[in-house]
Amino acid sequence: MRHIISILMENEPGALSRVVGLFSQRNFNIETLNVAPTEDETLSRLTVTTIGDDRVIEQITKHLNKLVDVVKLVDLTEGSHIERELMLVKVKALGAARDEVKRTVDIFRAQIVDVTPSQYTVQITGDASKLDAFLEAMSPVGLLEVARTGVSGIARGDKVLSL
Amino acid sequence: MELLSGADMIARFLQDEGVEYIYGYPGGAALHIYDALFRQDKVKHILVRHEQAATHAADGYARASGKPGTVLVTSGPGATNAVTGIATAYMDSIPMVVLCGQVMSHLIGDDAFQETDIVGVTRPIVKHSFSIKHPSEIPEVLKKAYYLAASGRPGPVVVDIPKDMTAPTERYEYVYPKKVKLRSYNPVTRGHTGQIKKAVELMLKARRPVFYTGGGVVTGEASEGLTDLVKRLGFPITTTLMGIGAFPQSDDQCLGWLGMHGSYESNMAMHHADLIIAIGARFDDRVTNNTSKFCPTAKIVHVDIDPSSISKTVRADVPIVGPAGSVINEMISLLQGREIASPEALTEWWQSIDGWREERRGKLYEPSAEGEVLKPQEVIEAVCRATRGQAYVTTDVGQHQMFAAQYYKFDKPNRFVTSGGLGTMGFGFPAAMGIKQNFPDEQVVCFTGEGSFQMMMQELSTCKQFGGGVKIINLNNASLGMVRQWQDLNYKSRHAHSYMESLPDFQKLIESYGFTALKVQTKEELESALEKTFADNDELVFLDVAVDPHEHVYPMQVPLGSMRDMLLSKTERT
Repeated sequence: MRHIISILMENEPGALSRVVGLFSQRNFNIETLNVAPTEDETLSRLTVTTIGDDRVIEQITKHLNKLVDVVKLVDLTEGSHIERELMLVKVKALGAARDEVKRTVDIFRAQIVDVTPSQYTVQITGDASKLDAFLEAMSPVGLLEVARTGVSGIARGDKVLSL
Repeated sequence: MELLSGADMIARFLQDEGVEYIYGYPGGAALHIYDALFRQDKVKHILVRHEQAATHAADGYARASGKPGTVLVTSGPGATNAVTGIATAYMDSIPMVVLCGQVMSHLIGDDAFQETDIVGVTRPIVKHSFSIKHPSEIPEVLKKAYYLAASGRPGPVVVDIPKDMTAPTERYEYVYPKKVKLRSYNPVTRGHTGQIKKAVELMLKARRPVFYTGGGVVTGEASEGLTDLVKRLGFPITTTLMGIGAFPQSDDQCLGWLGMHGSYESNMAMHHADLIIAIGARFDDRVTNNTSKFCPTAKIVHVDIDPSSISKTVRADVPIVGPAGSVINEMISLLQGREIASPEALTEWWQSIDGWREERRGKLYEPSAEGEVLKPQEVIEAVCRATRGQAYVTTDVGQHQMFAAQYYKFDKPNRFVTSGGLGTMGFGFPAAMGIKQNFPDEQVVCFTGEGSFQMMMQELSTCKQFGGGVKIINLNNASLGMVRQWQDLNYKSRHAHSYMESLPDFQKLIESYGFTALKVQTKEELESALEKTFADNDELVFLDVAVDPHEHVYPMQVPLGSMRDMLLSKTERT
């Protein structure tokens, strides 16, 4: 099953490589990963999506917690949560297809953020399946380039991941 | 306020931390530190002949004393040579601090001379690592390194020190940090009482219980408590290779150690148990054999300080995260005034166990006849008698390691020093040297083989310079015995590169360093050679004993089988 694990870790050199290294070293899998500093500049928040059964996920969280750089973590998929991913896509936009692309962009509530005579650059946010659906819809027109951030997430309700 | 250079801070910190010996090898990036060590005389530096030996020597000291060992190496090859020793310590959870020189900060990333990203190289085999970014942070980083190495589940910590951080011209305030805090690191100090109560109830109700305890009891210094607990309950106990000695092996309740080459009665008891009380052990593949067939009727209580060790390979019914010592003590106090539910069932259980013991009594191996080449097992038993079972024993890796664990009997923890997890050939001799230099009055024996010994024999030179009255017992079968055994069993005795042609004349080799070497070819020569070997406790003696190359280590668990599926000799199996 797919899990989204969010980690607060020391914003220090080497911390990221320890987290990433752990996954390859222990034969765990990483689907997506993103990381950035938080409002507290001594902390970074890293979100990783991974796939595994309960036993594997338990091991992943235990091993992550064991890393000295990891301060706190939460498996967002254990509760109700919001997940978002941002994607930038360059698509061909020529002739009749130009309108078609625009219509699809509107349907997905995406935005065109850059325009050339032959291309659109589209920005879209949502969960991974929405982004996948958009790519599928666009592929007959001609996808030129795709940049996805990987999943970021936060728990619903009053629950807060902080120190 | 005292102003010190980075290098002097390191020397002073080591003094303040109470470090007596460090093992190392100088080189460009570490020279400021070496100069600082030269200008003081409290911390003694032992110059090894290869950095791997420095890590093993510090590791041996750490295992024997329970305190962190300290290593100092230079950048690049100095640091990479230490990698095997760091991995060895990591696999066995041994506290160690490795100080590595590094090229100057402004050269990092330029492929400078003797530059290696040692923090990157060692990342998967350290508990944690640090890179010094400013000289003023040295005292705090070093304190953190020692604290991390020794607390919780111990392990090696690497500190990378660029040369400009130790420059003699730049001085900063030095204060010895008595304590450090890390917000993200809080090792547990006690187990969950509710869980411990559950475990105790299971223990009282069990009909066929067995304790299975590991290195965590030794590093957690919980041996006394464990002995008390096990004696109170009257249950059988088996230990892992790393846990040997935590419960006295001469006691009738001790079944020996378990696993691939563990005792018949240990493995049988585990397989038939209805309750396994695992403390400070990690259900390693060399213990469990095939986990899907592991102990089918047992409930499992698992006590470990490291939550990631629990339910990693075998699911625990009652997991308890906590240090062995405090959990054991809590178990003892919960047991006050309580009795086990069925003493009759326990008596029956012991009858089964004694039956298994009886089955194998006198059949473990066939001793050699007069005038014949010795069996390796006989040599270990003779050394055990000669040292009254009181020596610190180190081993290398292979058949001799298993024989030493099987036939030397340990009644105390910290006495059997072996590379259990990584299985590092070359470990034994430098580890023994490290122990002997720190405990000069003790007897220190290194069981080795001609294969393993040749991996680290350059340390004879270190012993010549700094002393190290180690007794090296070389079980010489002129082959890589364990490899050969597997080839006999699985490759129709095709001995691909498991023989040792062109061995040196060990006697001449040892004598060239000014040490005594003795040779034993037959049974008759052994006793008198051992007398000479142990006559002077300060003297390094190398005893080269020719042993039967055809001997195999038994019992041996059948691959993919259960705990009880064992080969018992070349012709018998369960």
